Amino acid sequence: MALAVPLWAKAPCTSRYARRYAPLVTMRTTPPTKTEEAGRATPGAFADVTTSASTLRRFLHGLPGVDAVGLEARAASLGTRSIKTTAKAYAIDLAISMIDLTTLEGADTPGKVRALGAKAVHPDPTDRTTPRTAAVCVYPDMVATAKEAVAGSGVKVASVATAFPAGRAALGVKLADVRDAVAAGADEIDMVIDRGALLAGDYLKVHDEIVAVKEASGSARLKVIFETGELSTYDNIRRASWIGMLAGADFIKTSTGKVGVNATPANTLLMLEAVRDFRAQTGVQVGVKPAGGIRTSKDALKFLVLVNETAGADWLDDHWFRFGASSLLNDLLMQRQKLATGRYSGPDYVTVD
Amino acid sequence: METPASIFAYAPAPESRSVVDIAPSYGLFIDGEFTDAADGKVFKSVSPATEEVLSEVAQAGADDVDRAVRAARKAFEKWSALPGAERGKYLFRIARIIQERSRELAVLETLDNGKPIKETRDADLPLVAAHFFYYAGWADKLDHAGYGADPRALGVAGQVIPWNFPLLMLAWKIAPALATGNTVVLKPAETTPLSALFFADICRQAGLPKGVVNILPGYGDAGAALVAHPDVNKVAFTGSTAVGKEIARTVAGSGKKLTLELGGKGANIVFDDAPVDQAVEGIVNGIFFNQGQVCCAGSRLLVQESVQDEVLDALKRRLTTLRLGDPLDKNTDIGAINSAEQLARITALADTGEAEGAERWSAPCELPDSGYWFAPTLFTNVTQAHTVARDEIFGPVLSVLTFRTPDEAVAKANNTQYGLSAGIWTEKGSRILAVANKLRAGVVWANTFNKFDPTSPFGGYKESGFGREGGRHGLEAYLDV
Repeated sequence: MALAVPLWAKAPCTSRYARRYAPLVTMRTTPPTKTEEAGRATPGAFADVTTSASTLRRFLHGLPGVDAVGLEARAASLGTRSIKTTAKAYAIDLAISMIDLTTLEGADTPGKVRALGAKAVHPDPTDRTTPRTAAVCVYPDMVATAKEAVAGSGVKVASVATAFPAGRAALGVKLADVRDAVAAGADEIDMVIDRGALLAGDYLKVHDEIVAVKEASGSARLKVIFETGELSTYDNIRRASWIGMLAGADFIKTSTGKVGVNATPANTLLMLEAVRDFRAQTGVQVGVKPAGGIRTSKDALKFLVLVNETAGADWLDDHWFRFGASSLLNDLLMQRQKLATGRYSGPDYVTVD
Repeated sequence: METPASIFAYAPAPESRSVVDIAPSYGLFIDGEFTDAADGKVFKSVSPATEEVLSEVAQAGADDVDRAVRAARKAFEKWSALPGAERGKYLFRIARIIQERSRELAVLETLDNGKPIKETRDADLPLVAAHFFYYAGWADKLDHAGYGADPRALGVAGQVIPWNFPLLMLAWKIAPALATGNTVVLKPAETTPLSALFFADICRQAGLPKGVVNILPGYGDAGAALVAHPDVNKVAFTGSTAVGKEIARTVAGSGKKLTLELGGKGANIVFDDAPVDQAVEGIVNGIFFNQGQVCCAGSRLLVQESVQDEVLDALKRRLTTLRLGDPLDKNTDIGAINSAEQLARITALADTGEAEGAERWSAPCELPDSGYWFAPTLFTNVTQAHTVARDEIFGPVLSVLTFRTPDEAVAKANNTQYGLSAGIWTEKGSRILAVANKLRAGVVWANTFNKFDPTSPFGGYKESGFGREGGRHGLEAYLDV
């Protein structure tokens, strides 16, 4: 396959931004905020932000800083919420419905992917009232197999792309990767950003690459993975969040699950604040997906509390919030069985895949 | 941004009341025994969240104060002569028992005081145990505290504590007193006597010698008698500035050593380069922790005019997520006001604020039918001339003022008769240092608020009192130096 010429190299940024934000003028979902009314922050103003490397840099460095101690304390304090009885039943079903059931291994085979698809459609073979998961998440070459496995169920197929997980490839290769996945039927694309460019301060490169991937994704929803563990500081995570949202991400996602530090309550809280603020200022709602390291129901419920008390109830839906996870599902199922029967079952009463 | 009635409603998650066994009546704790008051008087302790009577408690009078001081005097000779390491053992034992019984004590404190279980469980009780552990460590190291070789204890300490942190204030008073070899007569507040009486039981459980700690539940008259008692060597008081002044007059010329920890009107200063989301958390924690019934509360928000709208919008949005209600529910953020009197005082001051033209805003929340409740409230358009910017409200009421420059922020922050606490919010380290040096407040928090630690001295400037509690500095108040 011939390497594609980067589309973003052809069109001037301004026209792209005019296109992206044109619908906002007529299609807002929230009332204008006080600041917007004062004319200080409008989608139009954000369009200027990405016209050059220096304007984008000034904008990102002008975002309020993040106090690490305070952020982590807030995340920990929300982690002490006690979710019991009816609230727990609601939250467990909600969490199941938000899972992107994931297998991203070199050893993935069609058999493994089919098993995963079956599990996504009917997570608990003993209880058909169990909600299906939101999606299965696979490598691009497994998309076709996954599509077949979940056909007709409503479960989406998400594909990682852009030389996942490192993303260290030429843009043309990344775009080819994306087009391949989309052509195979992927409903959603999980891309990785160029962390090297972000750490080197080349924010516009990160931004324009996301824009290019968004175009290549067509109608597939785009999740942008920051690999927060590699960005290291909360200020970087906030800047990455804004780059992603400005570039047209449908979701911002914490991690690949392939590095030491993946989703944490604190980095997810920070990204929830970002999507909350972005919607307040532009009317555009962006989803959030913590991924990697969320293994227990207790953890998942803590993340749902973060969503509920930070971004709000509008995000409590699988269209706007996802968990990138694999082993989490079985723990949720065991908790669900416990609520139904009053007894803990065991690992033999959920399926291994 | 209004969200529809939350679809993720938290089901009630009450902490079990059965972990604490409250007796129908309690006596005074004098010389290691629970006894009735000399005149047989009793009073009731009420749960402020429900107005339910929790227990009937003996009410100390002047005769009981005398009895308790004599018991403490008798115990002083042996207690102060013990090697420090031996006194330390008792304090370590008390600290461990507090940890073991912390769930029980947390529920008790929540019932008697009205504060949320989240706070008693995660703040009050861990700090109480930490205070005893910390001063237990000092008991055999007093030679190295910086007050010369072999510093001596003062004698009998008369201690009067408030109702806002009943057990924590007890720990702040009793732990350093015992570590340094003093004996104690302590009067808890009349609305919250129960945790001090449970502490008396802990003293017995720890085998503390009789008379070393005496607890006298009672009203102001008992406190006045204790402070005025001629055989008391040291007076420590935490409470209102008015009572503190009265105590200073009583004690003047008596040779008694005095420390006072009084009111405050803390300024929480938010600069335009502050980490906004964390600053909002700090503002909320500063004024709504313990329903604002905190002497070092950040009750004056000084926000730079250029970011006022942004900060206030975020603050109001955050306040709508606060959960007010049953203090025993683990998800409750805002509990009950401690008493009908305090509620009346908060209500009157808030009404004054409105009458003087400040703009009042309250988070929309339903208040329970019984008990004493006040919705989290903030006042905008407040100037230095407003009563709500000057008087201590001691409730969940925040006054918002603006400033233009760092100098103006400092001037306004210091323009108060008090000087207990202040907060600074900025991402600029040099500004933190510059501003903190100019603030006339005993505690200055940077990018945080209401953080406590037994190793850190705490106390006030001006009408917020004098003397320091906590840390190495806290030893001085109980030593003859």
